[in-house]
Amino acid sequence: MMTGSPPMLPAPYRVRHVHQETSDTWTLDLEPQGGLVPSFKPGQFDMLYAFGVGEVPISISGDPTAPDPLIHTVRSVGAVSRALCALRPGAAVGVRGPFGTSWPVTNGSGRDVLLVAGGVGLAPLRPAFYQVLAQRARFGRVVLLYGARSPGDLLFADELAQWRGRFDVDVQVTVDHARPEWAGNVGVVTSLLDHARFDPDDCVALLCGPEIMMRLVSNDLLRRGVTADRIYVSLERNMQCAVGWCGHCQLGPELTCRDGPVYPLARVEPLLHVREL
Amino acid sequence: MKGLESLLAEHPFFSGMTEADLKLIAGCATNARFEAGEYLYREGGAADRFFLLRSGQIAVEVHAPGRDPVTILTVGEGQVLGFSWLMPPYRWVFDARAMQLTRALVFDGACLRNKCDADPRLGYDLLKRVASVMSQRLETATVQLADLYGVVGP
Repeated sequence: MMTGSPPMLPAPYRVRHVHQETSDTWTLDLEPQGGLVPSFKPGQFDMLYAFGVGEVPISISGDPTAPDPLIHTVRSVGAVSRALCALRPGAAVGVRGPFGTSWPVTNGSGRDVLLVAGGVGLAPLRPAFYQVLAQRARFGRVVLLYGARSPGDLLFADELAQWRGRFDVDVQVTVDHARPEWAGNVGVVTSLLDHARFDPDDCVALLCGPEIMMRLVSNDLLRRGVTADRIYVSLERNMQCAVGWCGHCQLGPELTCRDGPVYPLARVEPLLHVREL
Repeated sequence: MKGLESLLAEHPFFSGMTEADLKLIAGCATNARFEAGEYLYREGGAADRFFLLRSGQIAVEVHAPGRDPVTILTVGEGQVLGFSWLMPPYRWVFDARAMQLTRALVFDGACLRNKCDADPRLGYDLLKRVASVMSQRLETATVQLADLYGVVGP
């Protein structure tokens, strides 16, 4: 959590730049109205306040080594996120944060690092990938697997193309369905695991996407010998206060805004199978 | 140049199969290559072949009048393609198009069925391998139907 300012008080920011990623997803570059952008860790989130509409938790999708501007990627799925996606340069927005736990990227030091993203789940993983790239020599093989609904739903398409051009990372993309002009893979993201080169006994895996996807991928990784303490997932729940006060995001004994959103699978795996939670 | 038996033995689909069985089914196989854009089969056609891909990539497509075909699956190196040769009425259900130059071992479906009928132990072994792939494909197709990539966050 941020220090030095009341956690429930949004700081005023302005939109510096917007970029439409897909038909319903926008990336917003925000600049503070006074003061500095607080540092953040990969996987943490902010509460973004669309004035007069409401507040929602949005993962930070920018580079942790260059936190200004503060970058979020927002999918328009409800009243607040729709209002955020409609913001244009110069518009005001409130920001609280950063909150929550982070991807333990340094745990991958000396090991292979596998990042598996689905849909807009690439946004919370992008800061971790930036961090790995910034310290590339510290890691073994680095593999990013990304699945989306269709080619038009891929986030950060230009960056994906750049990453795929690097010789020191393996970036593979698949979509659920495509037109004939698509020259890439079609199938669910787990199908990419067969071709990904990583050592199951000496890797960390960071998963972010719909919970069904993370369950499928983690089951596959467990079958391949990756242990649950080296698999990390980012969980989505109804985060409202973001500081563990209100209890809306409770998942069994966990308050995901405070104890998460990033968890080792070993800690939350039993909870994911309880349908009542 | 490698013989068919050694190519079969190297393919993941036949991993662990006995040398004798590989020799037996190699008699049903030929080496083939498909140029980019070439169709390996079309929906409704006679399903008389089974493909083991050695390199390249194949798009499995569904076509509908008045619109572009939709690719629902791609299969590539180390994977297999086409199961309709195994079950009546032996007709392809989808289209399969080479997305790039693709090399494959192609089995004669009737030949394979005859050998499996003659040697039920071989037939059971082959069926288990096919069933495993079909099960995986069914699982992934189900997941695709569920439209995984809904809302995630925070």
